[in-house]
Amino acid sequence: MSVLILAEHDGQHIKQSTRQAVTAAAAWQQPIHLLVAGADVSAVAAEAATIAGVAKVIKVEAPHLVHLLAEDVAAAVQQIAGEYQVIVAAHSTLGKGVLPRVAALLDVGMVSDVVEIQAPATYVRPIYAGNILATVQSSDAVQVVTVRATSFEAAANGANAEITSAAAPAAFGKVRWVSEQRNLSDRPELATANVVISGGRSLGEQFNALLEPVAHKLNAAIGATRACVDAGFAPNDLQVGQTGTVVAPELYIAVGISGAMQHLAGIKDSKVIVAINHDPDAPIFKHADYGLVADLFKALPELNAALG
Amino acid sequence: MKIMVAVKHVVDYNIVPRVKQDGSDVEISGVKMGINPFDEIAVEEALRLKEKGIATEIVAVSIGAENSKDTLRHALAMGVDRAVLVQAEGKLQPLGVAKLLKAVAGREQPDLILLGKQAIDDDAGQAGQMLAALLGVGQGLFASEIKVNGNEIEVNREVDGGTETVALQLPAIVTADLRLNEPRFIKLPNMMMAKKKPIDVIAGTELGVDFASHLSLLNVAEPAPRKPGVIVNSVAELVEKLRIEKVLA
Repeated sequence: MSVLILAEHDGQHIKQSTRQAVTAAAAWQQPIHLLVAGADVSAVAAEAATIAGVAKVIKVEAPHLVHLLAEDVAAAVQQIAGEYQVIVAAHSTLGKGVLPRVAALLDVGMVSDVVEIQAPATYVRPIYAGNILATVQSSDAVQVVTVRATSFEAAANGANAEITSAAAPAAFGKVRWVSEQRNLSDRPELATANVVISGGRSLGEQFNALLEPVAHKLNAAIGATRACVDAGFAPNDLQVGQTGTVVAPELYIAVGISGAMQHLAGIKDSKVIVAINHDPDAPIFKHADYGLVADLFKALPELNAALG
Repeated sequence: MKIMVAVKHVVDYNIVPRVKQDGSDVEISGVKMGINPFDEIAVEEALRLKEKGIATEIVAVSIGAENSKDTLRHALAMGVDRAVLVQAEGKLQPLGVAKLLKAVAGREQPDLILLGKQAIDDDAGQAGQMLAALLGVGQGLFASEIKVNGNEIEVNREVDGGTETVALQLPAIVTADLRLNEPRFIKLPNMMMAKKKPIDVIAGTELGVDFASHLSLLNVAEPAPRKPGVIVNSVAELVEKLRIEKVLA
């Protein structure tokens, strides 16, 4: 028996979260197979085959898989699921959409957003917005699991795995992809960036103007609080926190952020947290490794200058 | 069009949960509870579809113990037409919930089923997708905007790095994200009226599905606290500290 990982990619490259899922999957000490689904994914499959620890890559190609609709991807996973004891994906939009469907089709339960695998069916996962960590044990014959990618190191290259193909099941047909709007940016992806700089509502209309230069110098992803997004100063997908994106960078810089519970739950696995806020009583300071009580409209340009 | 909305009774979102002394579970006795916030958004969206003349009937369904009636009353006070409680004691897993909801959907025959994207207690985020799979219908997850066009529902959904729009053939499942709407404030007279409205009660065991949990909770714990931080006096000092930490080049 083996472990099947649903690979995540953008049509060109494997995403970092897949490499992190490979590291997580090593806990089962079984051969790891990667399922790469899409319309034309030969290059992605070839890249996947180089990830250390991967024994086999299964390519499922069909024109209707181009947008990776969860209904179609779940069917592709289900058709080969019989050969696997464990089915894993990163806890991302794709994994959250596909794996519960797969579990239901296989009539087994699922464990979401796992941050630690203690034994082959024993997991640690956050509940109550990360305020509590629960250790759970599953008795299902097939383990279906999404993992919090940032809790695991990314597997490096170092394999030359076999690449096979499987036929795609017929299109589900009841769902039509209409359009997408990607917030294109040359910044790293928020969920996996090494440095994240986030702003609160107090940045106002100057959100981008103040954060962008510093983010550029730090090669950082930009994040925002829920209040900042609600006020329309930043797009929805920048929201950091339990209901937005959970981040765990080496360095997290919170600018003008008071530190609501929801936000803190989404950043607390960051290695170093820096808070810059004019209010010395802001709760964020209790969670920061370094705090600077300052007016952000002065401190950010100063920080930008200090970074040279 | 008939809408079914699934609602869960959970610990109030303002409460900081505490671990029981023996670490066996989260302490919920005597703790304020209420409707799962994402489910409240789902209820609100159903009401708006009815107010636009698109929906004709809304039935709210909750699965759980007797106290879930409080959450159903909340939905009734917001304006749903009927409420159904599927009585099921003990810990339920999303798969069991999805099976019970499927059985209720079989009786109710809704054209659209709305749920919150996740419950804020278990944070599993599975029930909607599982229900969609069991019913063999499409799923519009993390909805920030929906539009019904005849036999189709267009769902604008929040995805990693942006938004995506999909069109689902009805019947379909839609799960509500934070920005779908802002739920209405309940007026006191509506709350009083909701107390008098009947709630249909079905025993979970009557629905002929196996909803036993396959997951056991071994223990719960609070995450380890971070070590106390330091306050620096200037941007220059901050940069220096971060260079010492090797998180800045």
